[in-house]
Order: sequence, then C-alpha cells, then structure tokens
Amino acid sequence: MPAPSLLQFTGKSIYCSVADAHIDPWIPVDRAIITHAHSDHARWGSKHYLAHKDSEPILRLRLGQDISLQTVEYYEKFVINGVTFSLHPAGHIIGSAQVRVEYGGEVWVASGDYKLEDDGFAVPYEPVKCNVFITESTFGLPIYKWQPQKEIMSEIDNWWRQNKSEDKASILMGYSLGKMQRILKNIELQDKVIYAHGAIYTLNERLRQAGHDLPELTLVTKETDRKLFRGSLVLAPPSVDSSTWIKKFNPYSLGYCSGWMALRGAKNRRAVDQGFILSDHVDWPDLNTAVRETGAEKVYVTHGYTSIFSRWLNDNGIEAGEVHTMYGNEDENEEEEVVQDLSAGIEAYQQHKDSLDNEISSNSEPSTKKSPKGDLGV
Amino acid sequence: MKQFAELFMNLDRTNKTNAKVELMKQYFLSASDEDKLWALTLFTGRRPSFKVNRTMVKEWAAEEAGIPMWLFQESYQSVGDLGETISLLLPRNKTEGSDKSLTDWFYYLGMLPSMTDQEKHDHILQAWMQLSQHETFVFNKLLMGSFRIGVSQTLVVRALAEATETDSNVIAHRVMGQWDPKDTTFEQLILDKGENDNASRPYPFFLAYPIEGDVSDLGNPNDWFAEWKWDGIRSQIIYRNNELFIWTRGEELSTDKFPELHFLSGVLPNGTVLDGEIVSYMDDKPMPFNVLQTRIGRKNLSKKVLDEAPVAFLAYDILEANGVDLRGLTQEQRRAELELIHKNVPNQFVFNLSPLIDFKEWPVLSELHMLSRQNIAEGFMIKRKGSTYGVGRKKGDWWKWKINPLSIDAVLIYAQKGSGRRAELFTDYTFAVWGEDGKLVPFAKAYSGLTDVEIGQVDYFIKRNVLEKFGPVRTVKPELVFEIGFEGINESSRHKSGIAVRFPRILRWRKDKKAEEADTLEALKGILAVYK
Repeated sequence: MPAPSLLQFTGKSIYCSVADAHIDPWIPVDRAIITHAHSDHARWGSKHYLAHKDSEPILRLRLGQDISLQTVEYYEKFVINGVTFSLHPAGHIIGSAQVRVEYGGEVWVASGDYKLEDDGFAVPYEPVKCNVFITESTFGLPIYKWQPQKEIMSEIDNWWRQNKSEDKASILMGYSLGKMQRILKNIELQDKVIYAHGAIYTLNERLRQAGHDLPELTLVTKETDRKLFRGSLVLAPPSVDSSTWIKKFNPYSLGYCSGWMALRGAKNRRAVDQGFILSDHVDWPDLNTAVRETGAEKVYVTHGYTSIFSRWLNDNGIEAGEVHTMYGNEDENEEEEVVQDLSAGIEAYQQHKDSLDNEISSNSEPSTKKSPKGDLGV
Repeated sequence: MKQFAELFMNLDRTNKTNAKVELMKQYFLSASDEDKLWALTLFTGRRPSFKVNRTMVKEWAAEEAGIPMWLFQESYQSVGDLGETISLLLPRNKTEGSDKSLTDWFYYLGMLPSMTDQEKHDHILQAWMQLSQHETFVFNKLLMGSFRIGVSQTLVVRALAEATETDSNVIAHRVMGQWDPKDTTFEQLILDKGENDNASRPYPFFLAYPIEGDVSDLGNPNDWFAEWKWDGIRSQIIYRNNELFIWTRGEELSTDKFPELHFLSGVLPNGTVLDGEIVSYMDDKPMPFNVLQTRIGRKNLSKKVLDEAPVAFLAYDILEANGVDLRGLTQEQRRAELELIHKNVPNQFVFNLSPLIDFKEWPVLSELHMLSRQNIAEGFMIKRKGSTYGVGRKKGDWWKWKINPLSIDAVLIYAQKGSGRRAELFTDYTFAVWGEDGKLVPFAKAYSGLTDVEIGQVDYFIKRNVLEKFGPVRTVKPELVFEIGFEGINESSRHKSGIAVRFPRILRWRKDKKAEEADTLEALKGILAVYK
C-alpha cells in the first residue's frame, strides 16, 4: 500500500494525517492551522487554532475572544509528531501566510490566498521552494492582468479630487479586511477626517490597537452631520450599495475596488460609478511566476479557475490536479456580515466598540493564550 | 478614437439617463462633423460590415496573446464578449490613446473587404498594436459589426436635439430611414433645414405604455378608442414618388419580405404613410404569431411558405397623406383620413383596417378583454381620441392593456452563464415539468424576470448544486421552482416535450414550492388543447 500523501484533500480541509492537523478547515476540528483571517479560510468552531501573530486581533474579533489560539512568527518552525511546519509571507492581507510542511525529506506548501506585489501593509510574498505547491486560482485566466498598484491608487486620488471639486462624497467600497488597509496606506489622504462604515471602523481600530500604523478613521453614525460628507472619503464594505445606509451621503460617487472590476459585465452589474481594478490575489502572469519559482514538480489548484489553470499547467509540463474546496467565498461572507451589521443597526457598532474597549483592558493582563507550549502540542 | 472610446466607456458605466444624454451632448458639441456622423451611424444601430471571419480574428488574437485556442475560448466564456476578451488578452500597449480619429479608423476598416487573409491579419494586428485597451475593445466591436450601446434611440435624439438646438421630433425623423455616412454629411443629414429627397424615410414610431391600475382610471370612455392589440410586426408602409417601402419597428427596410403587399404600389396615392401591424392572415382572420414566424428571416420566400403563411396589413394610423405630415392632427381626425384611403383600395382584406371596438363603458371593454386570446390578440390598445402622434414612448395618450400571460410552475434543471452584464453569473436557465414517467422534461428556456438579488441567490445555489457539465451547460440539482409565463403555446416536433411556448419568462420564484409540486407535462398539454 502506498503511503498516504503528506497533505490530503479530505473534503473538509487540507489535512496532514501524520500530524493530525488541518489547514483552513471548513468544519470544526481539533487542530486548525489558519493561513489568514478571511472568513472563508478562518472558520468558527475548532478546538485549537494556530496562525501568524498579525492574524490574532482579527481572528479573535471574528471567531471569538476566548478561542484557543497559538501564534507564531514567519519562518518560526514548529514540529508536530515529527512533521515540521512553518509560516511564510503570502502578501495577501495582514498576517497572511503560506504553510510550509516538511516530512521525510518532502516539502509541501499550502499557499492560501496570495499576491506577489508589495502592497505596503502586508509582509510581501516570498517564494518557498517545495516539491508540491497548493495554489489558489481566483483570477486564473489570462484576461486578468493587474496594473501596478501605484497607477490604481492615483486613479483613486483623482477620482476623490474630482468628486471633491463637485462637492460630492466619495464612497469607496472594498473588502473590510485587506483592501481597506491597503488603500489607506497608499492613497493620498486629502482630508484629516476619513469616514468609515462600522465594519471597517471596527477592524481598523483593532489593527491600530495591535500596534499597526494606520490612520484613525471616523465612524459614520446616525448623528453624523450629513453636510460633513460633502467632498469627503467614506470607506464602506461591498454591498452597502443595495442598502439604505448609502442614501445619507447624497450627492455621492460610488467606487468599488476589486479584481472583478476588470470586466465590464461585473462592473455594470454592480452599477458603480467607478470601478478600480485592485486585487489582493495574483493575476495570471504572477500566478505563473509563483508556480515557476516554487520549483514544484506537482501543483494542486484550488478555488477559482481550477480546471482551466490545471489544464494549462499540465500542457506546459507541470503535473497539476484540481481540488475542490470551500474557499473563495469571501465576497459572499463579507456581504452577509454587512447585511447583519445593517439590520442590527447602530447598536451593533456600539456593541462592537464596547467589546473592543473591554478587550483593551483585558489585554493588559497577562494571558494564558501565549503559553510557550502552545495548544497544538508543539 | 480616444474621445469616442472614452464616450463609450462613460456611457457604459452610468445608468443614469440624464448623465448619458449629457455625455452624448458633450460629444456632439465637441467632436468633428465627420466623427459625429460616424458616431450617429453607430448609435442608431447601423453597423457597417467589414467582412472579417470571426474565427480567424480569434485565432490571430490567441496567437498574439500566446495562448492556445481552448484557453482563448475559456476566457471568452468568462467575459461573454468577444471584442472585450480580445482587448484583455492582447499584450498591453504603452499608449495614451490613438491620434487617429473615429472616421480615420472607419476608413482603415473599410480597406479590409478587398484584402487577402494575410493582409487582413497584418492590417488588424497593426491596429491592435497602436490602440489602448479600451480603444482596442471599441475597435473590435466596429471590426466585427457587433457594436451595441445601452442607449435608446430616443436618448440619442434628445442629446442631438439639445446639441444642435433643434426640435427633437425633427431630429428623430431626420436620423431615420436609409442613409450612409459615406455619401452624406452631418450638415446634410441633421442640420439641413429644407426637406431632403429621402423618399424612403419613415417616421419615428409612437409607442404605448402599459396601462397601470384599472382601465376605468382613464376617465370618460368617450374620449378613447380601443383596438385589439395584434400580435404581429409593427410596420410603416410608405408610398412616395411611385415607390413602395415597408419599414418594421426595428428600423429595418423589409419591402421584399412581404410581396403580398406590393399591390399597394400604385393603389395608394403618392405621399402616403400608414402605420399598422403586419400579421399572418388566413380566411379573413389573423393567425397566431408563430405562423408568421415561419417566414421571418427566410431569404427565399417559396410559394409553399407564402401559401402557408400569407400576411395582411392591419392599418391603424395614417401619418402622411398627399405628402403632408398628419401627425399633428388628432387621433380621431387621422382615423377618418385612414378610413377614407382604405375605402378606395381594392383587396381590402390584405390591406385591412384594425377595427375599433364598440364600447360605451369600461366594464364592457373589460369583458371583451377576456376574449383577447380567442381573437388572436394580446389585449387592447387604448388611444386618446384627441391626441397627436408622438415620438417614441410617451405616457398618457397611447396605452397597451395586455392579457396576463399563460403560466406554469416548472423546475430549474439546466443553467448556463450569461454574457455582457451577466457574464460569470448563471442566468440562462432551462425549465422542466414532470412527464408521465415521473421524469423531468425540459420545455422552455428563460433569461429574464428575476431581480439582480434573486439572480445572485439562484447563481449561488447553482454553483453549489452542479451535477454534470456539458460544455458551458450545467445540470443542476432539480430543486428550485419558478412560475414561467408565456404568450403562446404550440405543438412542436423539435422539442422533447412536444411543445413550444412563445416568449417564456420567469414570473416569480416559487420559494413556497418543492420540486415535486411543480406542474406536469399533462397540465401543459391541457393549456395547449385550450389555446392552440
């Protein structure tokens, strides 16, 4: 009987049977190694979590204050039952990591979500040599070719400036986690006051409290004087466009940052005034570069254009297979989150804020979660 | 080209009517006369053909992009628009935009038809190499004659009227009919104050609004005409300078398609324009639309086709008599003129009047309305006696009062991704009803009828419940039930169900029903027995 693969696709996670550890499981398990804090990769209910230290504030916000979580630095090795694990920068969002797994002279890398361009906030992606590479393929078609970040950011600058001159609010939509921090680090901050929807505000506060250098945002509340929005920048998660929340900003221009904006169809469907083609995933050229640089003999393609990209790799002499996972729904999850936020109304934000405040005080006490032994039995 | 590509992208991006008009107006105010004329050509749906083979263009693009054909096709599947796909796949040029004008590019494209394939290849590649991504997209749309813009003719006319400070009815009339940008100028077409000699030029059609609320809200029934709403092809018949022209509503000159009506040449007085419906007509009564459908689109109208699906013209309005524009007269006055013309024409069944319905009170009309299907009509047209003939769709004078569609509850079984605005979403559905053997039998495809939110939800379901893939088609777990409406029903040997329905569309999502509770083929055949 041939030995089972080092990592297996079990239909509930990417699983290492030797270590009995799951990478990004989508059902509750005993030990979960989390590549990054987006809700399609970091799911609720597992007994023990392990992730990069920069993921901690968000994981606790999203999965619960009292989860059992061990954090590590990039490159820090931890051994479970003879299998050596380490996390490596994936450049996708803050704290995002590729999981390197080594056992018996064989190296596998599960890359989660990643991009190659340095976004000025997340630690930039680094290629990791391996025998087997597990890659996403969200934008795995040759129609997706991103422009340099600098160009997109200056498009955003110009759009805001133009709206300002017309005395309109600039409502910029994008994922709360990742996209918004990237934008804040790279656009020209034309005003001292930047407004934000509750979902973004809460995350931003979390990250600031964790010591990240991000500008302070101003929460939009029912009481905020509407006149103040004129000419201002308002950051919002996707799908506020179909809510009543947005009405108070009139007159406004609506922008949306997403890789999907590369297609007219997607852009028109969203009915935004301006689409900015900005993605935290690799585009086609970078996807190919990434695969090449790992030197992998075998590639597994997960969420996205799995069958297409694996066929392309096979045609080009790299053995590849497609894998069905439950990743790649960050959009939908985020939208659900927002809908809940909206229906719960302003009270929900207040609760968010309260819990945040409580946590600041609890953070000052020594906590058990940083126990050197860790919960994964390292 | 830069300016035009920008206009196109901006129009594409906004869905606010006023913004669109303003964008076009600014273009008409700033572009050169030559470019304006070409832009107008495109905006009014005139798409010059350059005789290029789409398959070849695809191959050249794939080659330039350095990808195999299958990957090109997959990309095309995802984008849903060939011109856009190519513009995304080609290597990006470092260009700020092309200095050549829209007109220059049309002449550039005009050289293609006389070229060999190799020359065409070089010619097109040379263009691709100097255009920005958006320009390449627009160029490809021109190249393949697939240029479409989400702007109605009414809006184009409004923008042009505002830019030239001319009455919009005048502009609407001037841009209609046959003209070619190569042998006219913007001046001649739009600005010329004198009547030009374009004998074939039709008038813009006046269109009706669907009636809202109850018909009795229209007030005094004596102020209104009612006619059956015929299920045919809306047409204008023009006889000027001893020449007959038949225009259909899609602004297509279709004189050749209806030889039965050619006798009107010489029978009608010169300078006559009639508005009405071409319907298939046998034994002095109209036939369902599907009879007419058998001859639409045929290049050769054989004797057999003409025998099996003869047509008649049911006139309901007259727009010009003795060369005089009558659109300013009231509906009642025009009806009198129309009846006068009809009286003097032989063969009155082929050129017939759409009869006025006799009614003194609204409840009478409501009762007659229920007989629409028996009369092969889609309901009523209700027209204000005192109204003039307008341009485009205007509220208040012409109303259409349609019968409710036939409907049946069916199960979603196949899905395919849409294109354009709906690319990447599963929006094209096939529906089935339960056959006698307890199996689902597909009977209709429908694309429209759901809100964007519902489309999103259905798409979400489909992506998680695919059973099999056949090319672009997905077999979906039969679970979702929809009420499917349709206008007509007929036997069909081409469909597995033995039935063909006309204009199927989704009326609503029956979230309250399970798949087992959907209707049966037997129920569908029951409807057929009643209405065929």
